[in-house]
Amino acid sequence: MEHQFDFAALLQAHALLLSGALATVGLAAFASVVGICLSIGGAALGRSGIKAARQVVAGYVELIRNTPFLVQMFFIFFGLPTLGLHLNAMQAAALAMTINLSAYSIEIVRAGIEAVPQGQREAGMALGLRPVIVFGKIVLPQALGSMWPALVSQVVIILLESAVVSQIAVRDLTYAGDVIQSRTFRPFETYLIITAIYLILAVAARRVLLLLGRRLFVSGVR
Amino acid sequence: MAAQRNCILALVFGLGLMAFGASAVQADELDDIVKAGSLKVGIFEDFPPFSSAGADMSLHGYDIDVANALAAAMKVKLDLVGITGQNRIPYLNEHKVNILLSVGESAERAKVLDFTDAYAPYYIAVLGGPSIAVKGPADLAGKSVAVNRGTLEDTSLTAVAPPSTDIQRFNDYNGVIAAFLAQQVQLIVVSNDVGASILARHPAVEPQQKFELMSSPDHVALNKNEPRLKALINGVIQQMRTDGSLNKISIEWLKTPLPANF
Repeated sequence: MEHQFDFAALLQAHALLLSGALATVGLAAFASVVGICLSIGGAALGRSGIKAARQVVAGYVELIRNTPFLVQMFFIFFGLPTLGLHLNAMQAAALAMTINLSAYSIEIVRAGIEAVPQGQREAGMALGLRPVIVFGKIVLPQALGSMWPALVSQVVIILLESAVVSQIAVRDLTYAGDVIQSRTFRPFETYLIITAIYLILAVAARRVLLLLGRRLFVSGVR
Repeated sequence: MAAQRNCILALVFGLGLMAFGASAVQADELDDIVKAGSLKVGIFEDFPPFSSAGADMSLHGYDIDVANALAAAMKVKLDLVGITGQNRIPYLNEHKVNILLSVGESAERAKVLDFTDAYAPYYIAVLGGPSIAVKGPADLAGKSVAVNRGTLEDTSLTAVAPPSTDIQRFNDYNGVIAAFLAQQVQLIVVSNDVGASILARHPAVEPQQKFELMSSPDHVALNKNEPRLKALINGVIQQMRTDGSLNKISIEWLKTPLPANF
């Protein structure tokens, strides 16, 4: 097995790799920000006194966590147009990633909220604060501090899982790799580079977000 | 009909004999076929609409109809032999089959086998709904086009499409077809066999053929130095073109009449 490695052909494709990596990061960032915001609302609703709201949130979490991401995305991209809802590939991918991430994050946020000692909430109530203020100013900041590492893991997972959006022709990093591979017939070199870029992106995202978390949420809980 | 066919047969046999009468001392494939009483045709078993298994598990398709016509013209029974893209040329050269169908002409192949006239159109075309006006590569500017990544369709489209064309590359034909049927793209580039499977579904988007990107018609392949067999097959193909039976086969399997240049 003699193989002449040739990375020169890939250097010519650096613009494609760069735009692909940007699309991957952009999609993951969008899904993370919107998804985490949604999941905080979802977790709050899931713990609210309204039974119907609790059931809707529980059903949503069960549905999304027990079906494959690829199928969810195919449903949005190929299926929804039948009902007249046309999303282009990028929009469909962003929506699918947001929906997927928020379902997983709702559970993380819920656990984070439950980890805040009951006494904190009771103290707030005893001071005469409205429940919304108690949740937003007392419970949530402490909860975010303790659940931040788990949320960061979820962000990294969605960043890596976003590789499947290439299946609906979103020009992400994996798509760039597939195109380069089909042009150069050099799968080893191509996917080695793609793997390295994903590794760098994932490690960098984790480091930066954990650092950010330490700055933002100095939690007294842990 | 039968008399006419006999007449043509006699003619091509006669011509073949005249041309090679004395010198033809080596084994002749046509003699072998007639002697064996069967024409062994190498055929793909999963290559719709040219040949694939139907509900009753028997093979059917464009190639099967042509193979039946060839066997009938030789007055022998048809013996279909399943082949793959890898083994079919060795099968032919080792006389495990007498002829192959669905063979595109190439200089490489011409070194080891001989081609008859083309019997089936094979081309890559741009398809789209009736409302979109596309007559040539320049009209693709600003349009979205789905294509199967890394295929001949991909490379021939990429070579001619203007830079502003939104080429969306999918992993397989399912993705390409689904994206088109869901109207996620305006146009698709597929070969006529894949196009036929879309046309057969009569989708609401009413795909039409806009223009051809590349054409490489299918030929019958046979071993080299078999002039009598070649002349006979060419005669049958010519006959089927003129009497309209080949066009009928095209409409049945490719869902479109034979191209004008055929």
